[in-house]
Amino acid sequence: MSDFTFWVILKNLIWATQWTVFLSLIAFVGGGIVGLILLFLRTSQIKWLELPTKLYIEFFQGTPLLMQLFLLFFGVALFGIEVSPWMAAGLALTLWTSAFLTEIWRGCVESIAKGQWEASSSLAMTYIEQMRYVIIPQAARIAIAPTVGFSVQVIKGTALASIIGFVELTKAGTMLNNATFRPFMVYSLVALIYFCLCFPLSWYAKRLEGRLNVAR
Amino acid sequence: MSLVSIRDVRKSYGSVEVLKGVSLEVEKGDVVAIIGRSGSGKSTLLRCINGLETYQSGAILADGIEVGGLHADLRELRRHVGMVFQQFNLFPHLTAAENVMLAPTVVNKTPKKAARAIAAEVLAKVGLSEKMDAYPSELSGGQQQRVAIARSLAMRPKVLLCDEITSALDPELVNEVLRVVEQLAREGMTLILVTHEMRFARDVGTNLVFMHHGKVHETGVPKDVFAAPRTPELQQFVSGIG
Repeated sequence: MSDFTFWVILKNLIWATQWTVFLSLIAFVGGGIVGLILLFLRTSQIKWLELPTKLYIEFFQGTPLLMQLFLLFFGVALFGIEVSPWMAAGLALTLWTSAFLTEIWRGCVESIAKGQWEASSSLAMTYIEQMRYVIIPQAARIAIAPTVGFSVQVIKGTALASIIGFVELTKAGTMLNNATFRPFMVYSLVALIYFCLCFPLSWYAKRLEGRLNVAR
Repeated sequence: MSLVSIRDVRKSYGSVEVLKGVSLEVEKGDVVAIIGRSGSGKSTLLRCINGLETYQSGAILADGIEVGGLHADLRELRRHVGMVFQQFNLFPHLTAAENVMLAPTVVNKTPKKAARAIAAEVLAKVGLSEKMDAYPSELSGGQQQRVAIARSLAMRPKVLLCDEITSALDPELVNEVLRVVEQLAREGMTLILVTHEMRFARDVGTNLVFMHHGKVHETGVPKDVFAAPRTPELQQFVSGIG
């Protein structure tokens, strides 16, 4: 027990933090790509695409992330497919993130004036061209603040991956606590590290929001 | 064949019929001024011509393309039918030149350099050569509307649809826009305008269409129609605006 000094604990936690950061990045980038595709499907006005995308979003927004992790990790294994904690965590967080980002971005796209769609339609642009050159450049400006704000949720969401054995910050904290029996110190440090990751992002999102309001 | 041919077009929003069998032929070089009270269906009719609105029955042929068909080639149609809106609808994130260049580069695959030359040409035509690199927010309403006209012209349309293009402007800015449209008319551009500018309709228009309750109520040569309106509704409308 005396082997674990404060600094050893902190060093281990910081080492584990890289996996939290890495998993967050995967979820955010993957979720962003899937979310962008879903956004196109969701706003395309093509009726038969609407329902499946809506169901997808409702499923991932309307069920606990933990349950989605279990489904991927344990559920898929029942079909004889080996799923590593890495795969399950990365995939579940990507899908979960994509559902939320799609909804955030859809709101931004829908806030663009109808006249922009009509003007670009009248210029013979296709839906994809309209999105690419007219709508998204404008919607992206509005989307930055809530998107950065949501990234905080993604970082905190990665903590759940500890339950399926993925060693990130929370899991490392649990392991260190089991070895040291100093839960208050260990989890305080874990919380502090999460805070250090999340606070700059929320602060930045707030600032972006303020700047956008001034611009109007 | 007429450049734009509208035959017995009907359109309803729910149970409200806004177009009750409208027919209209527009020949190349015509300047058609559509007037009428708000709610008479004139804007709706205009928006049907380039497929921004759908209609339930009848037919519209623009440059030989059937607009309302199930597999209507709206992209091809809209390459030849330009539209200018009441609210300008410029793309705020692009400069005047970029607004004009967008459709030629994206839709017609015109190289950037050639598109820039087109932009310079059409912006000069509307008197805004010095404003090529200005953003819409830096322009007055009249200037924005002239950029919007230039943006349509860049696609070399065969017909230009103008939907109350001076209605959102301050009175002192109306004339600079009307002068541009008049110039286009003189150069032989086919124009269909929904307008409240009666003097402009009379002086520049070759045809006048008075719409009332979703129908073409009276039509003819503007000077004659204004001098001697046949129907009591048009008499009332004309005297109402004095």
